[in-house]
Amino acid sequence: MSEVDWFPLLLSLRVAAIATLITTVVGVAGAYVLARFTFPGRGLIEAIASLPIVLPPTVLGYYLLVSIGRNSPLGRGYEALFGRQLVFTWQAAVLAAAIASLPYCLRTATAAISAIDAGYEEAARVAGLHGTRLAFLVTLPMAGRGIIAGISLAFARALGDFGTTIMVAGNIPGRTQTMPIAVYDRVQAFDYATAGVLAGVLAGVAIVVLLGVRRLERTAL
Amino acid sequence: MSLTVDVRARVGEFHLDARFTLPPGLTVLFGPSGAGKTRLLRLIAGLDRPREGRIGLDGTVFDDVAGRVHRPVHDRRIGMVFQQPYLLPHRTVLANVALAVRDTDRTTRRDRAHELLERTDTTAFGGRRPGQLSGGQRQRVALARALAGEPRLLLLDEPFNALDHPVRRQLRGLVRDLVDRAGVPTLFVTHDTDELAALADHVLHADQGRITGITDVATALGPVPDR
Repeated sequence: MSEVDWFPLLLSLRVAAIATLITTVVGVAGAYVLARFTFPGRGLIEAIASLPIVLPPTVLGYYLLVSIGRNSPLGRGYEALFGRQLVFTWQAAVLAAAIASLPYCLRTATAAISAIDAGYEEAARVAGLHGTRLAFLVTLPMAGRGIIAGISLAFARALGDFGTTIMVAGNIPGRTQTMPIAVYDRVQAFDYATAGVLAGVLAGVAIVVLLGVRRLERTAL
Repeated sequence: MSLTVDVRARVGEFHLDARFTLPPGLTVLFGPSGAGKTRLLRLIAGLDRPREGRIGLDGTVFDDVAGRVHRPVHDRRIGMVFQQPYLLPHRTVLANVALAVRDTDRTTRRDRAHELLERTDTTAFGGRRPGQLSGGQRQRVALARALAGEPRLLLLDEPFNALDHPVRRQLRGLVRDLVDRAGVPTLFVTHDTDELAALADHVLHADQGRITGITDVATALGPVPDR
C-alpha cells in the first residue's frame, strides 16, 4: 500500500461543503415556494428538480457538460467573465454535486413545510407577520428538523457523487479527483488497500449522516 | 361605526350570507356547528375571500369584491383567538406575545408583552415554551397575543372548546374583563348557552349559513327550546 494521498478527501469536503451551501439556499427557498404557493407549472418544476434522483448520474453529467461546455452560451459566458473555462475544474465538480444533491434537500424540506398545520401561519399572519418575517420566524423554524435532515442528506449525496462529477470535472489527480473518483482510480491501479481506506471514510461519513437524519426524524419538535 | 359586514361566500355546497353591523361591546355569535360561524370569522380576518359584498371597519375597507379590494390579513389589526392556541412551539411564551406587538422597538415590544402576560395572569410562564403549559394557560397566552397588536376588533372562535368546565368559567371572567378594558368590539363564537348567558352584551345568530340580525341577550335566550 502506497502512502495514502489525502488530497481527494480534502477536495471532496470542500466541494461537498460549497455544493451543500448552494443546495441549502436554492432547496429551502424552492421548498418554501413549492409548499406554500400554487402556480401553473409547479408540477413540472417539481419533476425536473427531482430528475437527478432517477436519472443515471452520467446522463445528468452529459446534460450538464453540454450546458456548461466551451461551446454552450453558459460556458462562453463563464469564460468571458473569469477568463478560463468551467469544465474540468473543481468548480464544475461543485456544480455537479449541487445539482445531483438538490432534490434530496428540496423534497425533504418541501414535505416538512407541507406538514406544518396551516393554523400556526394563519395565527401569525393575523398577529401581523408576513413575507420574510413569517418565513424566518414561523415556517422555517417549525420545519427545522426536516430541513436539517434534507440538508444532511444533500451533503452526503454531494460527498459521494461520482458519475456527474467525472463527466464535467474529469479525473485530474491533485485538481479534480474527488474521493469517489479516487476510489475508482485506485481500484483501476490494483491499489485495493488505498481504495479500501478511502471507501471506508466515505461509508463512515454516510452512516453518521443517516443516523443523524434518523434521529432528527424521530424526535418530535 | 364598528364592523359592517355584507357578504356572500361559498365553499362547495355551503353558502354563507352575512349582513350585520357589530355594536360596541361583546357580541356572541351563536348557532349550531356547521352554521358558518368559523367561516364568517375567517372572512372578517381576511383568511378567506368573499364571493361578493363588502366588509369594513370604521371607514377602513377590508373587502370590497366589486371594487377589487382585499386588505391583506396582516394589515387588518385584528386580534384573534382560535380553537387551538397555535403558539409557536420553538419560542418562549413571552416571545410569542412580543412577536405580535406592532412596534419596531425591541424594548417596547418586550414591555408590552410583559404587561399583557400580567393582565392574563401568565407572568410566571414567560420564560417557558408553550408545550410546558396546560391547555387553559395556553389559551390565556393566546388571548395576550391577540391583544398585543392593539387590535381594533377581537375575534374569538370558541376559544375554550377544548377546556374543562372549571377552567372555562375562569376564562370567561378573564375575557369579559379584557374586553371591557380594551374597549374594542368583540365577536365571540360559541354554541354553548351558558357561555352566551355569561358573556353576551348582544347576540348574533348563525343558522345554516345565514347570519343576520343582532338581538339582545334576553330575546336570544327566550326562544331557545328546552331539549
